[in-house]
Amino acid sequence: MPSEIEVDVVVIGGGPAGMAAAVAASKEGAHTVIIERERRLGGILNQCIHAGFGLKLYSEDLTGPEYAARLVEDVQAEGVKTFLNSMVLDLNERRELIVATDGGIVKIKASSVVLAMGCRERTRGMVGIVGTRPAGVYTAGVAQNFINVRNLMVGKKIVVLGSGDIGLIMARRLTLEGAKVVCVAEKMPYCCGLRRNVVQCLDDFGIPLLLGHTVTEIRGGRRVEGVVLSRVDERFNPVAGSEREVECDTLLLSVGLIPENELSRKAGVALDELTGGPVVNELFETSVSGVFACGNVLHVHDVADRASLEAYEAGRNAARWAKDQAQDADRIPVYCGESVQYVLPQRIDASKDSTLMFRAIRPGKKTSIIVLDGKRLIKEKCLDYVNPAEMETFHVSRKELEGAKSIELSIEYG
Amino acid sequence: MLFDVLIVGGGVVGCAIAREFSRYALKVCLLENEADVSCGTSGANSGVVHSGLKEPSGTLKALYCVEGNALFPALCEELNVLFRRCGTLVVAVSEGEVEGLEGEFAQAEKNGVVGVRRLSRQEVSAMEPNVSAMEGVFAPTGGIVSPYELTIALAENAFENGVKMGLNAEVTGITRKNGLFKVSSSRGSYSARIVVNSAGVSARKVARMVGIERKTYECRGEYCILDKRVSGVISRMVYPVPPKRVGGFGVHLTPTIHGNLLIGPSDEYVEDGSNLATTRGKLRELLDGAKRLVPSLDVKSAIHEYAGMRAKIVAEGSKKRGDFKIEDIDGFINLLGIESPGLTAAPRIAQHVRELVEGQIELKAKESFNPKRKGITRFDALSLKEKSAFVKENPNYGEIVCRCENVTRQEVIDALNNPLGVKTLKGVKYRVRSLMGRCQGGYCLPKIVDIMREEGIEPKDITLKGEGSGLFIGDTKCLLK
Repeated sequence: MPSEIEVDVVVIGGGPAGMAAAVAASKEGAHTVIIERERRLGGILNQCIHAGFGLKLYSEDLTGPEYAARLVEDVQAEGVKTFLNSMVLDLNERRELIVATDGGIVKIKASSVVLAMGCRERTRGMVGIVGTRPAGVYTAGVAQNFINVRNLMVGKKIVVLGSGDIGLIMARRLTLEGAKVVCVAEKMPYCCGLRRNVVQCLDDFGIPLLLGHTVTEIRGGRRVEGVVLSRVDERFNPVAGSEREVECDTLLLSVGLIPENELSRKAGVALDELTGGPVVNELFETSVSGVFACGNVLHVHDVADRASLEAYEAGRNAARWAKDQAQDADRIPVYCGESVQYVLPQRIDASKDSTLMFRAIRPGKKTSIIVLDGKRLIKEKCLDYVNPAEMETFHVSRKELEGAKSIELSIEYG
Repeated sequence: MLFDVLIVGGGVVGCAIAREFSRYALKVCLLENEADVSCGTSGANSGVVHSGLKEPSGTLKALYCVEGNALFPALCEELNVLFRRCGTLVVAVSEGEVEGLEGEFAQAEKNGVVGVRRLSRQEVSAMEPNVSAMEGVFAPTGGIVSPYELTIALAENAFENGVKMGLNAEVTGITRKNGLFKVSSSRGSYSARIVVNSAGVSARKVARMVGIERKTYECRGEYCILDKRVSGVISRMVYPVPPKRVGGFGVHLTPTIHGNLLIGPSDEYVEDGSNLATTRGKLRELLDGAKRLVPSLDVKSAIHEYAGMRAKIVAEGSKKRGDFKIEDIDGFINLLGIESPGLTAAPRIAQHVRELVEGQIELKAKESFNPKRKGITRFDALSLKEKSAFVKENPNYGEIVCRCENVTRQEVIDALNNPLGVKTLKGVKYRVRSLMGRCQGGYCLPKIVDIMREEGIEPKDITLKGEGSGLFIGDTKCLLK
């Protein structure tokens, strides 16, 4: 039968969030373990060989692997036990895990759990791109893995669909590797990636960004031979007559990320349709007591640093919960208002200062961020610029929250 | 080399025929132009083992469907292929369709469908609470199987019993001389006393090689497959009363044997039988049709869309549904129009073909024939105790390579060492289900590529589905040299 162990905190996932959560939990004195499915810690950081990591956490410009190395050092310094090459097969609401490892099946009973499984890429099938099914259609992250980690080149002439950050970074990577990137097509009327990536990855290399365009068909029998690009209308339907075939041997998809919550579902964790991740309170605790969530499994972050920062808090709270099973506070719901994609956390303790995280639904200048309790204005702040590519934060003090039954955050565009 | 029987086409029918002949002391060969079996019509099949209620009475389709269905439990047991009789439900969604339902029931009774019965609205609702229906007809013998797993199992069992399996062998010409056929292919020439043409969509072309002109019509079927998360919404196959328009069954829902939900296929006559593109229009039709049967269905949970092709014997707009055409022209056995319920009928068609050659060549039962096929152990299907024991014995079972379908490293290794010698990614996918889950290879593809390299396959030889479908153009920096 499987071997069994008991721990204070188990962290599922050893990426930028999981490592930070484990370090913080361990610093609180909790006996902490990390379960990581890969053969080494780092998660997706290991394939992100570009710079731009660590600006918030270390005030340095690091590559993904360098950033990961810093966190790995901390994990090791804390003496956190790491199960590598190990996959959690099952998790229940009593915080019991079944883990497949190459040394055998292990049952882990944890006082608290931190979910840090990250996210996965949306695929061709999910976005419904029709046509044939040849080789040469890759999600951007898979292509990044092949090129950066496995030293395998995926194609010569490439069309990128989607202007998310991975798509932009891969457009540059492929160009640097000698491939021709024909264009990056984006169905939205604006770029979905960070501004700095548009400049550094597309503009600097003369790669055209086609806004308001999408790929409406894939052609080719055995390997991609071309794709059909079409303009889209304001409801994102292809405009008849705007189709044109572009010859290429590869289509790269950067069409969004989905928090990977299959295990959370097994444990009965309530999910938010807007984020795709668990509903959490200000402690990053989910609807299941003692189960916490952070990083991209909670909501897709703009930069890894923010995932780690959030995870420090989640890990610390998980350790405290493991120690004394904190009393339930009186919490009020936080609602997502006009022009907002999502707001986190979804429940807060009104007797404390709170930081809300949110994303705008579209870019805009001279905007007002408004927090209401019903019809009562709690706080308003002007933001010169909002961009869906970036996560925004908004502070509300205990004093401002006094007497509030619920709050709703919305954006007014100027 | 002289063969007693040479089969052209490695779909479910060709492989069932190969296995049937492998029971006898005969030299048998099967030629398939793709890199694996089950790459044509059979690969993009619903995996439905039909009850026979949908077939026009008095046809070979009706007869072989009912008889074929009865063969499935034992066949799948022998071949170690999952099979489940979940039952088929046909429903009248609107009042106007109730009359059509009566026709379906009468036909089912006439066809001898075991246990078929009518259901009231309440009974349908008790059975399938999410299905919108006025009334229904239920056939408990309707079942599900994985079409490619079955085809591969038949092929492997045939191979293990001595059938020569020639993959990547496109038949380019057939001549007949002194009572013998000479079959030329891209992999060499073969002589045969009997040739069986089970080439599916290409059967017409193969028949023409021996001067037999037959007309078939290519009809494309598109599918949409949904995430396992939503598949609990129905537990039986759900069909509408077939639309008045002759041809297909109407958009229907099939729970797959591995727990996904399949919508489709559509039926659309096309000019080019090799055009397997999916289309926006049909995809929309499928989702709308599915919503009509199960209004609460979350059609946003689609994970993959694909299309298959079947050859029909009747042209578009014909009033007849068209029957299977099985003919023996002096030892050239021609199988045409083996569309639905071809998968169900396949084991019975194989017997039919055997009966046809009984007088022409001597069929002596082979003592060494082993009807059992072991197959690949599915880790995910084991109990926790068994899983634990498997990992202790072999650490490769402790490494989950595909997190959507819980496929282990050992299973991928087993898939790459399959008896037929298939080394493609699609071959791995068809055998162990990695690359087939909700992430569509986002996680497992790099890992499978690693395992392929460890098994001695060079990156340049890593293909999706054989020649011309390579994944890599070389090492990173190859374009900079």
